[in-house]
Amino acid sequence: METLKYIIKRILQTIPLLIIVSMISFFIIRLSPVDPLAELKLNPSVSPETVEKERARLGLDKPIIVQYGKWAISFVKGDLGVTSTGEKVSQKLGERIPNTLLLTTIVILLTWLVGVPLGIIAAVRWKTNLDRILTVLTSIGMAIPSFFFAVLLLMFAVKTGWFPVGGLTSPNFADMNFGAKFWDIAHHLILPVIVLFTISLAGLQRQMRANMLDVLDSDYVKFARAKGLSENVVIYKHALRNAVNPMITLLGFEFAGLLSGAALTEYVFQYPGLGRLILEAVLKSDINLVMASLMMGAIMLVAGNLIADILLIITDPRIRSKS
Amino acid sequence: MIRDLFKALWKDKFARIALIVLGVIYLALFLADFIAPYTKDFSDRTMAYVPPSKVFAIDENGKFSKPYTYNYVREFDSDTLQIKYNLDRSQKHYIKFFAEGQTYKFLGLIPMKRHLFTTDNNGRIFILGTDINGRDVFSRLLFGGRISMTIGFLALFVLFPIGLLYGGISGYFGGKTDMIMMRFAEAVMSIPSFYLLIILASILPSGMTSSQRFMLIVLILALIGWAGFARVVRGMVLSIKTEDYVQAAQAIGASKLRIIIKHILPQTTSFVIVAMTLSVPSYILSESGLSFLGLGIQQPDASWGNMLKEAQEFTNILYRPWLLTPGFLIFVSVLAFNLIGDTIRDVLDPKSKVR
Repeated sequence: METLKYIIKRILQTIPLLIIVSMISFFIIRLSPVDPLAELKLNPSVSPETVEKERARLGLDKPIIVQYGKWAISFVKGDLGVTSTGEKVSQKLGERIPNTLLLTTIVILLTWLVGVPLGIIAAVRWKTNLDRILTVLTSIGMAIPSFFFAVLLLMFAVKTGWFPVGGLTSPNFADMNFGAKFWDIAHHLILPVIVLFTISLAGLQRQMRANMLDVLDSDYVKFARAKGLSENVVIYKHALRNAVNPMITLLGFEFAGLLSGAALTEYVFQYPGLGRLILEAVLKSDINLVMASLMMGAIMLVAGNLIADILLIITDPRIRSKS
Repeated sequence: MIRDLFKALWKDKFARIALIVLGVIYLALFLADFIAPYTKDFSDRTMAYVPPSKVFAIDENGKFSKPYTYNYVREFDSDTLQIKYNLDRSQKHYIKFFAEGQTYKFLGLIPMKRHLFTTDNNGRIFILGTDINGRDVFSRLLFGGRISMTIGFLALFVLFPIGLLYGGISGYFGGKTDMIMMRFAEAVMSIPSFYLLIILASILPSGMTSSQRFMLIVLILALIGWAGFARVVRGMVLSIKTEDYVQAAQAIGASKLRIIIKHILPQTTSFVIVAMTLSVPSYILSESGLSFLGLGIQQPDASWGNMLKEAQEFTNILYRPWLLTPGFLIFVSVLAFNLIGDTIRDVLDPKSKVR
């Protein structure tokens, strides 16, 4: 019951947070010197009255606070407006968000599956050659600029022809049966996943190693060893459970980092995700689209943190008793 | 303390190599005008996308000779419909060291003519090839590096005072002030940083001079990082403010701002140094990412990020690999900064064993 209360409280806390986020984003975008009506104004066949009408429709003739209020009300109602080319923003987001979520989920799963064990191994074999090699490798992984790595992989793909270049699906995707479709998407995903995996793996492995080293140094681990427990029991039963807890907090941050890192990777691979959408929208200064994708990015990030917090309550009894 | 830190860095094998590498890079950037055979704005339109010059030290008779190079000539192969670059073997161009070449102003002040290496007047030496406008990639790497390698530091010097003061005030005052300030910082942190970065960059007006743009990019980079930093500072301030000496300062009636700046914030110094060195690379990466997308430093100015912009095209990737060199430089310098940052953390914060 207590846990449930805490979770509900935590969910309610995100609402004011998102309101502030939307205000910050809105005012930043309205600061832009680009006139959203510039294109209409330059068009000689559009009469000044039409431009005025459009201005009134977008609410641009009102003070910025009123504009924000209008935007916020329609956002809450679920109406995200239309893009500058007349498409529905919600439909556009609906196409892109699942793709970004697919990419980031795969990457997070993979990094955890590989990064956590590697972190444990490095900590257990602290200061051995294996540990040093892993440290060097993670240093390299952390230093590669994501877009540069993506360009290099693209070069590899073009040269060998082993991987499709860009996009998420092949042109003849619609005609494929289920198995072929699955393979087609997987095939397109390999390179972007490699890029993001390499970059986030390094950070995760280091964090896991540090946590594990901290825990291995603690009194209760020393006690467990003194009690004569086998090394395996000490590490996997006593140390590991405590070392993983801080990692769960990190999950939220990792998600945030991935959203940012994914933007550049999506751009290079022409991957139809949220990051590329926002970039295109920014370049065209499409206010509705930028605003909506910013909010979606923020919501995904806040939700990621929320999930991490809830997971933490479940795994760590100390937090439960505190709340 | 700085001296001890440097000693500790020098003792560590990796950190020493990293220090030397960064030293060489920064020295080269400092002397860029002299080392680069061409000036920043030099372009030879007939020499677009020329591959790296071949330097010969053994002549056609098999004898050692002074190093020389041949110019490339562009030829259109009508069979394969491709442009080819062939060596024009009719004329040798000897490479001259410390010779006079294009005039430049050393450090923007002293007019000079001498270059580390150059070749005769009608010869061209492009040791890393040229870009689409026939500009020497090697020279531009040096000039671009000046921007890429300083922008991160400048952003940090803007960001850290803001973050320190914000976190300090929030933590020290507590209560409602703290709540409002922290909610605001959390909101900034809730926007994926790269999204925020490109949106801020996109609102920059287009008609700016390059130095104005540079300053604004610094400001934007600083704007995305301060919130996370301020939050950590606030956490530290919360624990520091219960210390005896802070209460003593309160008792003698020191003003709140004075207590925050003089008594509380200095306690966070070692954290600040660690956080600063660890975040330099991420700012280098942010700037290059931004310029790579065309939202950061703009042509004709060079930065490592915007030089890589050309590497996005498939034909360039396949046939002009020399355009990728800025990427390797970003990689090497980020790696070096990371290694130094790790060692500094070990020294200042012996408890943490992340390494």
